[in-house]
Parts: sequence; C-alpha cells; structure tokens
Amino acid sequence: MRSTRILTAFLVLALLEAGVASAQTVLRIGLNDDPDALDPTISRAYVGRLVFAAFCDKLFDVTPDLKIVPQLATGYEWGAGGRSVVIRLRPGVKFHDGEPFNAEAVRFNIERHLSTPGSFRKSEIGEIKTVDIVNDLTVRFNLAEPLVPLIAALTDRSGMMVSPKAARELGDKFGTRPVCAGPFKFVERVAQGKIVGERFAEYWDKANIHVDRIEFVPITDSTARLANLRSGDLQMIERVSPTDLAQVRADGKLKVVGIAELGYQMLPLNLNNGPRGKVLGADPRIRQAIDLAIDRETIIKTVFNNEYLPGNQFVSPVSPFYNAKLPVKRRDVARARQLLREAGHPNLAFTLIVPPERDRQEAALVIQAMLAEAGITMTIQTQENVTMLSAGRKGDFEAYFTFWSGRPDPDGNIFAFTTCSGGQNDSKYCNQDVDAILTKARHEADPAERKKLYDQTTEIMLRDLPRLILWHRRVFTGLNGKVQGFTPHPDGIIRFKGLKLS
Amino acid sequence: MTLPRYVARRLVVLVPTLFFVSLLIFSLQQLLPGDAAVALAGEEHDPVAVAAIRQKYHLDRPVPIQYAIWMGRVLRGDFGESMRNKIPVSQLLAAKLPVTVELAVCSMAIALLIGIPAGIIAAVKQGRPVAVAANVLALSGLSVPHFWLGIMLILLFAVHLGWLPASGYVSPWEDLRRNLATIALPSFVLGTGVGGIMMRHTRGAMVETLGADYVRTARAKSVRERMVVLKHALRNALIPVVTLGAIEFGRLLSGAVLTEQIFAIPGFGKMLVDGVFNRDYAVVQGVVLVSAGLYVLLNLAGDVLAFLVNPRLRGSA
Repeated sequence: MRSTRILTAFLVLALLEAGVASAQTVLRIGLNDDPDALDPTISRAYVGRLVFAAFCDKLFDVTPDLKIVPQLATGYEWGAGGRSVVIRLRPGVKFHDGEPFNAEAVRFNIERHLSTPGSFRKSEIGEIKTVDIVNDLTVRFNLAEPLVPLIAALTDRSGMMVSPKAARELGDKFGTRPVCAGPFKFVERVAQGKIVGERFAEYWDKANIHVDRIEFVPITDSTARLANLRSGDLQMIERVSPTDLAQVRADGKLKVVGIAELGYQMLPLNLNNGPRGKVLGADPRIRQAIDLAIDRETIIKTVFNNEYLPGNQFVSPVSPFYNAKLPVKRRDVARARQLLREAGHPNLAFTLIVPPERDRQEAALVIQAMLAEAGITMTIQTQENVTMLSAGRKGDFEAYFTFWSGRPDPDGNIFAFTTCSGGQNDSKYCNQDVDAILTKARHEADPAERKKLYDQTTEIMLRDLPRLILWHRRVFTGLNGKVQGFTPHPDGIIRFKGLKLS
Repeated sequence: MTLPRYVARRLVVLVPTLFFVSLLIFSLQQLLPGDAAVALAGEEHDPVAVAAIRQKYHLDRPVPIQYAIWMGRVLRGDFGESMRNKIPVSQLLAAKLPVTVELAVCSMAIALLIGIPAGIIAAVKQGRPVAVAANVLALSGLSVPHFWLGIMLILLFAVHLGWLPASGYVSPWEDLRRNLATIALPSFVLGTGVGGIMMRHTRGAMVETLGADYVRTARAKSVRERMVVLKHALRNALIPVVTLGAIEFGRLLSGAVLTEQIFAIPGFGKMLVDGVFNRDYAVVQGVVLVSAGLYVLLNLAGDVLAFLVNPRLRGSA
C-alpha cells in the first residue's frame, strides 16, 4: 500500500514536471552561418551580433529609426570641447553570475576592449584614454580626440558589458562561455549545431521578456532553412534571400518583415594600391564613366526581384544623412563613352574579382553586359571570399565586389574606407580635404552641422569615386505566424524585448 | 602469419601513415590562397588586430616552424584551439565524433539492409522483373543527388506530413526518441547511396559464386536452394563486400558534407568544410588526422573480418 502511494506521488510529480516542461516557450531562430567566438571584444562576424542580442546588453541601443536610446546606461552628457563624456548607469542590474553591474565593471570592460591583443573594438573606441569612476553608477570617459560617433559605437559590441569576474576567470576562453547582463543566460553551444540560452530570472527588464528558452540554429543551406521555418521547427529565420520571399509570402502560416539595411554593396576600385592601380586610378573620368554605364535599377529588378534599394552613397536613401540633392544618376551610355574618350581610354578594360556566390555573380554578369555597351571590357574573375579580401589588402586587384554591413552612425560607413590611413581603405584613395571634413564631423555634436559635412563628403565621393556604391539590401526576417511583437531594425539584429510566442 | 602479428604489423604502419597525412594536409593548406588572419577578421580589418591574430597563432612564422609547433602540441595530446570560436579542437572532436559515428552506423545499417538483400535477389532472379526492380532501386540510390533527396524528404516528412523534425540533432542521452527522429532522414539519404554500391557489388560477387563449381555440386547433391544461396554462395560472395563495406564506412566517418549541411547535423563534414572556408587550420588538421586514423583502422577491421569469414586467407596474410 505504502509503495503504491509513493509510486503515485512520483507519477504525479513526473506529470507535473512534464506539464511545466511543455509549458516552456522555446524560440528557435535559424542563422545563416555559425557565429565566431562569443566574446564581444574579439568578435568579428555579423551573425555573432544576432546571438549577442540574447546574452549581452549594451550601454546603449538604437531604435528602428536609428535614434540612440539607453540600455544599461540611463543617459550621457558630453563634457567641454567633446573631450570627455559622462555616462550614468542603470541601478540594480546584475550579470548572469550574480555580480553587480556598476562603474567599476564599465571601466573593466572598456579597458578589456582596449588592451586585449587582437581586440576588434580598439579601432572603434581607441580614442578613450582613461575611464574615471565618478561614483558607483557614473563613469567618465576621457578622450584623446573628440569622437561624437563614440556613443553609436557603444550601441554595438563596444558597448557590451561582460561580467568582470567571469572574464578574469575564463581569460581568452571567455568566448566559449559568455557571462553578460542580457535577457538570456548562456546554457550551451554545440559548434555548428546550436547555441542555447534560458531566460535570466534577475534580468533588469524581465517584465518585457516572454520567451523561456532560446536556441540559435545555424543552417547554411537557404532551402533547408526555409523548410525548417515552414515545418515549424524554427520560428524565425534571419536574412531571408529575396528569391525565397515569394514562397514565404505564399505560405499563410508565415510572415516576412523587411527593412532597409545600414550597409551597402560596393565595388572598391584600385586607385593607388600598387601597380594595379594604374588603370582605374589614372583619371576620375574613367570611374565616372563606369558609374554612368551601370543601371542600378535594372540590376535590382532582374537579379533581386525589385526587393533592394538602388544606392550611390555610404548611407541608404532612407537615412537622415543621405544627400537628397545627389540621387542615383540615370544611366547614360553616350556620356560614359564621351568621358572615356576625354580621359584618353576609349577602349577601357579591367578585371572585377567576384566571390563564388549567387547574388554577386549574377549582378556582375549584368554589370559586365551594361559596361560592354559603353565600350568597356570588364573581365570577371571568380575568387573565393577570403582570397578576394586578401587580394584587396595587398592591392592585387583593379576592382572587387564586396559589401559593408553598416553602422548606425555614418562615420562607421565612411571614415575607415576613405581617409588616407583608414584601415579599410584598399583603394588607397587619399584626399586631405576629405580627411579634414570627416575628422571635423567626428568632433561635431550638432546633427545639422554634421549633415552638412557629410553632404560635402558625398559630393567629393561622387566626383572622385574611389568605390562604386551600388545598392542597399533590405534585411528580411521570416517569422512563424505564432511570433508576435517583432519589430525589425535596420541592423538586422532581433530584439527580444516584447517578443512573444502565441 | 598469425592474425595478431598481422594486426600488430598494420598498427605499426599506422604511425608513419598518420605522420604523412598530417604533413600533406599541412602543406596543402598552405597552398590555399588568402590569409588566415584576414579570413578570421571577416569584414573588420583593423591591421593592428589582424597582426595580433597572426602573432597569437604563429601565422607570422615560417611554415616548417608552424608545423613543428603544431606537431609538438599534438604529440602532447593538444590539438590547439579553433581560431574562429576559441573552442579547443579536442573538445570539438569529442563532441562531433559520437554524432558522426551514430550517423555512419545508422546509414551503414540502412545500406546493408537495402544493399545485400537487393544484391542477392538481383543475382538469383536474374532477368526477372524483381531483379530489374532491385537494380533500379540500387541505381537510383547511387545517382540521386543527396542534397536533392534530402530536401525532398524534408518537404515530405517535415513540412507536409509533420512526422519528423526538418533538421537538427538531439543527443541520445538527452532524448532517445527525438534522437532517432532527427537521425532517420539523414541516415536514409546516406544509406541509400551506400546501399546502391553495396547492392552492385553483392550482385556481382553472387553471380560469380553462383556459377562456381562447388555451388553446382551442392545443387547436384539436392541441397535446398535457400541453403545454396545463403550458406554456400553468400558466405564467399561476402568477402569483397565486407572489404568494400569497411571502406564505405570509413568514408561515412570522415563526414558527409552535403547531408550534414542540409539536415544541420553538427558532424565532422560540416566542421571540416567550415574549417577550410574560415582557414581554421587547427580544426582542419584535427579532423583530417582523426578521420585518417579511423579510416586506416576500419580498413584493418575490414581485413580482419575478411580473414575471419574466409579461412583460406589465414595462411596468406
């Protein structure tokens, strides 16, 4: 009799547990690739940022219309001359290991970003020289040079705060087991398999988190990813390809939401990076001719089902920093031919390096045909992505086909690419005026004044054309009908605040 | 030569084989164009950070020195860490080996279940419709591309019928039922491919043995046809099939890239391909070394099995 009772009690407990387990809401998100190390200091891959959004909160965040709002901070004020900034911190925030988030933790994190060998954050916030602790919930960053885009950098990995205790304990292995202060606590990672997190019970904004468990599943094949969304194995997929959109839209159980990205697709042209810069670097009119011979709208219609936005500037036409006076020019083959004749290159020939990837290969073929009509022979050379990027660094190219994922502040889309010693300036374009204007824009806190400076830059860029900016993608997120409360952001990162599974 | 001596001799040969494989893969990787540090940096390329990566992973040292550093570590049991996600390679291998082994075992089981009976039927019932059907089955298993079959099966079983998960992997220790559900479709896709090969070889060997004198003698002695086929003919016909089976199994263990990709199975194949694209040298070397070791061991196991199946080999090994 007694044993029967014990057995019954066990059964009831087991059933209760099963009930609790099934009531747990699990959100499974399909990623396009497997992220790199989950350490904000050394992280490079875009896809990692999607995962960080679940685990690591940042000092600031951006809204869908790119306004900077506080997250772990509550506000900021620039000091005299823009050489310091005071940041107030949110009280009562805890890291996943129970450690408090405070001014000391912020100082630790900034110093970690600046001093870790191989840190990719140093180039974003390297102007910070020292961090003063004003009080437990206030810090002051002292800068070597004024840097207005600093706050925007703190909306991304530079602003992510990790637990100092865990970072000290794990050292350079921190990326295998991140401990931050985000809505979800890291549970496990199976490389190429899944990354799992569970809701953090002591999250500062827990009232707005409605999902118990989160799983990121990398599936590189887009057809398989879509099949998983359709079967209900995944509830969300990121960066849906434009060619898959018709299928998603036709399925009544699915939704797709799109928003213009922050970045752009571009052709960097070699102007002065070694001997191969002689062809396109000889005369800006040559580059203007190429630009005029390309019909961006046709490329977008034929290759991308008209889902992307034609572009010519380092910010997209929906950005407040876009120079509306200089829209994408209409294709003009006659003018292109004339420019080539004036530059003394009526039979221009050059090589474009393109990675073996469907989108860029097809677009390159269309561009090749368009340029041929203007008398330009463009040879397409296929090189695997890493090989192409290495060739870019070394100057072993005339033109190559790449993209930039974009940053919320316009500075992140231009400074490193076009200043004389910019880290991403593969064209080796150098114009002291541009350097002066862009540096001034970094010091200027008034958005209207900054806009004028960026307008000026765009004018010069469209004349000198060290790179051809072609289009801006729209970031599409595919959702199962059960997902509620999703707001797309131009950075393509999924915010979990308010997200529900019905 | 006795079996233990034969095995011992083969095991000794394993060491120089693995050394040669490691040397080859190391050299081949150096031939890959593109800089590993640039690959790692992705779209970010702060030159200072890239230089720090180069220094940390000794990419700035001459290639023979890089190899010596790596080999020295491997001899101490340290395969290094993935440059991309910082996870130690030995940990990655330990996590993926059971997945790969399970997928390989299940696929092989399906291959044998399809291949051997179909091969026997095709040989015994030559020219009859059932043999033609077995042939068609085998040829379609061989010729249908894995990625296409995989997608079709996902669409049928996961999207339309909703019987099985579309992809992913759950460990058997976590949930056995879900584990079997996740492994079923990929094992079938791989199994049909290998099953086709097994069928063709079983059929060929069976046709040959069924025509042998001792089979005719057995039939003349009025041994039942079932016994003739299964005992007299099949046992001899199996010798080449066992050797082939071991080779195919070894191939499955080195990872099934496309199948793993489509079904999002975190096995060796996916790890290897990602490793090559990311120039994650330590990962590529680790996977290749372990796969090569397994391959050699399985070949040896196949030979031992053949040894046991065929008493005539015992004197000649």
